[in-house]
Amino acid sequence: MNEGYPMADTILEMRSITKTFPGVKALENVNLDVRAGEIHAIVGENGAGKSTLMKVLSGVYPHGSYDGQIVYMGKECKFKTIRDSEHEGIVIIHQELALVPLLSIAENIYLGNEQAKGGIIDWDETRAGARALLRKVGLSEDPDTLVTNIGVGKQQLVEIAKALSKEVKLLILDEPTASLSEKDSDALLALLIGFKQQGIASILISHKLNEISKVADRITVIRDGHTIETLNKDEISEDRIITSMVGRSLEDRYPPRDPQIGGVVFEVKNWSVYHPQHRDRQVIKNLGLTIRKGEVVGIAGLMGSGRTEFAMSLFGKSYGQRISGEVFLHGKKIDTSTVQKAVAHGIAYATEDRKTYGLNLIDHIKHNTTIANLMGVSRGGVIDDLAEMDVANDYRKKTNIRSSSVYQVTGNLSGGNQQKVVLSKWLFANPEVLILDEPTRGIDVGAKYEIYTIINQLAAQGKAILVISSEMPELLGITDRIYVVNEGRIVGEMPTQDASQEKIMRAIVRAEGKAS
Amino acid sequence: MSSETAPQTAAAVEAARNQPLSIWGALQSNIRDYGLLLVLILIMLFFQWSTGGTLFKPVNLTNIVLQNSYIIVMALGMLLVIVAGHIDLSVGSVSGFIGALAAMLMIGWKFPPELAFMANPIVAGLICLVVGALIGGLQGYLIAYYRIPAFIVTLAGMLIFKGLSLAILAGKSVGPFPAEFQLLSAGFIPDFIGPITLIPASEGVQPLVLHGATLVIGIVGVLAMLAFSLRGRARRLARGYETEPLALFVIKNLVISAIILFFIYMLASYKGLPNVLVVMSVLIAGFVFITKRLTFGRRIYAMGGNLKAASLSGIKTERLTFYIFAIMGALAALAGMIYAARLNSATPKAGQGLELDVIAAVFIGGASALGGVGQVAGAVIGAFIMGVMNNGMSIMGVNIDWQQMIKGIVLLAAVFFDLYNKNKA
Repeated sequence: MNEGYPMADTILEMRSITKTFPGVKALENVNLDVRAGEIHAIVGENGAGKSTLMKVLSGVYPHGSYDGQIVYMGKECKFKTIRDSEHEGIVIIHQELALVPLLSIAENIYLGNEQAKGGIIDWDETRAGARALLRKVGLSEDPDTLVTNIGVGKQQLVEIAKALSKEVKLLILDEPTASLSEKDSDALLALLIGFKQQGIASILISHKLNEISKVADRITVIRDGHTIETLNKDEISEDRIITSMVGRSLEDRYPPRDPQIGGVVFEVKNWSVYHPQHRDRQVIKNLGLTIRKGEVVGIAGLMGSGRTEFAMSLFGKSYGQRISGEVFLHGKKIDTSTVQKAVAHGIAYATEDRKTYGLNLIDHIKHNTTIANLMGVSRGGVIDDLAEMDVANDYRKKTNIRSSSVYQVTGNLSGGNQQKVVLSKWLFANPEVLILDEPTRGIDVGAKYEIYTIINQLAAQGKAILVISSEMPELLGITDRIYVVNEGRIVGEMPTQDASQEKIMRAIVRAEGKAS
Repeated sequence: MSSETAPQTAAAVEAARNQPLSIWGALQSNIRDYGLLLVLILIMLFFQWSTGGTLFKPVNLTNIVLQNSYIIVMALGMLLVIVAGHIDLSVGSVSGFIGALAAMLMIGWKFPPELAFMANPIVAGLICLVVGALIGGLQGYLIAYYRIPAFIVTLAGMLIFKGLSLAILAGKSVGPFPAEFQLLSAGFIPDFIGPITLIPASEGVQPLVLHGATLVIGIVGVLAMLAFSLRGRARRLARGYETEPLALFVIKNLVISAIILFFIYMLASYKGLPNVLVVMSVLIAGFVFITKRLTFGRRIYAMGGNLKAASLSGIKTERLTFYIFAIMGALAALAGMIYAARLNSATPKAGQGLELDVIAAVFIGGASALGGVGQVAGAVIGAFIMGVMNNGMSIMGVNIDWQQMIKGIVLLAAVFFDLYNKNKA
């Protein structure tokens, strides 16, 4: 046996990988070995270097731009492009899906790898092949369906089908479940376990520790560009992983909450919204809720239950059509029919999709912080640049944004820091009611804790806060009261102290039963 | 996270930028801004050499300003349009149409006595500006509220106004304009100070007499600029927000002052400041202020950078788009009048193809075709780069076919290096 291989069945070994960007070592002596047919999870805080490592592996950063060795299937590989690595059966699926929305599922699966003879596409072959691959990932969709017409969860599965079409031996998934509902996530993870039996190894990058402990065989923890340790299945526990990830033990994942709740500040009555394209499809059905002063209220519900649609339609009719219902602030009816009016009444909505709806990614922190309240740093339409600097620096400090200065472009920040910029923007608008849609999606444990702390501080200042989240433990950890939403209706309401994941799920399931 | 590799690199660049010690680092981080000016200077020096010293002759420098004034005026508006993420293909035709309208108001149409005031150059000029703004506003309205792509709306506008100018001029050239109107392009500011004689006329020596008012305005302008940037620096220093090394600050201001004073001196040794340069300078200063300091300008950048995020931040993106195109229309009108006054007649072909020069100037100046990025100074320098090349190649006697090709290559090269630098970073 070659002495370079610790185990006979090791298929991939990355040895002392060091990758430097001008002035910064992103990876330093990182080692990773993956065994045949295992699910190997990589965890680490945002910015730890996980994605960089995967880019080195898949040839995004070509051989020669890093130091170290990649040994795959017993031979050293020097990938120059992604095509080289795909040729060897290493396929990476990025967090941002790389599907073309207006092409069909079949066309997407064979994109760049068309079933063609002499440049002429064989459509029968394409469809038949696609159908077979879809079946493998548990989809029964017609291969001619446009990708834009299927949900995110199914799109993720199409990506995997695409990978399978390339005869994948090592599948790399970067945060595959970040935007999936619990049901879709479970289906995807089950699929990975199925692959394992077929001898396909997977590398899974994820922030969702519960998922990892469920499916991973081994876990490698990366912190600040270094491999910290690789844990075996029997050593895996959430606390253990967290301790290793952040380099300290987190006593609790949620900051202690001492609610000081006053009277009702915000109330929505009979809120109804129809789908923007399908006039007759009612997305929100007579939804009503209240939030009290200093209270953190959660909305739980599955993906597609109408949570985001509710919030966005409320915030300046930013979603849907034929919107009806009433909104009250301190018992007085208010008009929130445009974003300007909603903001003027002290309502803020921090989006779930910070890259598409939250930030100007090509501009820096300072300009992003003040854009929702330029009045606050200007007089007569003229911006006071020093006042603006003060504000930007102040909020950068308050929300603990890690950047070299307020002149750092937001597109270059990690997810957690981007989220803090979005929060800063809305905090500076000084709202009374703050709607936070998936405030911690795709960000690491440490940054989550910081965001929770900010939410607590805001509540302590007497603001009314509505948190929409797919992560039930998060809602249970930070809210005072929870509404359960299903298919555009409120199907349950409970004080958080009486709530549990089971109770929430039961409310949803009961409603589903009634609906069908 | 797929975006987590970038922060470290960017952080490094940023860190380098924030260390006040390194002039070189600060220079590098602003290489785009300084680089473009440097390219302009190099191009000018090249033509100075290749034309045997003709380029820098006072009369030629004055000519360069006059020849490019209408491009620069429109480039200012186009910058806003492009930063907002749109495009305006109609500006050439609109400027031509407004030139024709001006000619018909002042010369062509015979008004009844009670409407005769319409032919007054000032009244006619104001009418033209308003009509330009309305044209731009109408196109902007369709783009903003009906979401028709700007490319299509303004392409249609280009055809429509090309046809309209032909129609109202009945296919003929109309001129000459009243003397007051010609002053817009052909005039120079009056010398209220009086000539300053440096070298009196004598046997065998060229006399050197400077236009006093030009010199005084130039010097006062430069002093004001210096005072302004010193005050800004002092205020930033007091708050601890200054990051530019002192040496760089001094060098930058000295170089820019020297360049301005050199041009002022050149202009003063000919006929002084052209009226149109005064108009242009006021507009440039105004647009720098709009883009750097006004909430209006900031919102344009936010909208161009991410339309959805901007509207979810409470920016009325439709109204903003409407205003931007209305401003563009008014500037196209002004440019059309400058152009007509310079030719001293309105012709059916006036303005055709100008939109391409204007758009090229903005892109050479570093604006992004995707929106959200671009500076007024860049657009102005970009326009001058095109203008100096036109002028220099014409003096050299380069054929028009070659001129076109060279200009095309310069546009491509400018954008190429821009993207290359960005990708490298």
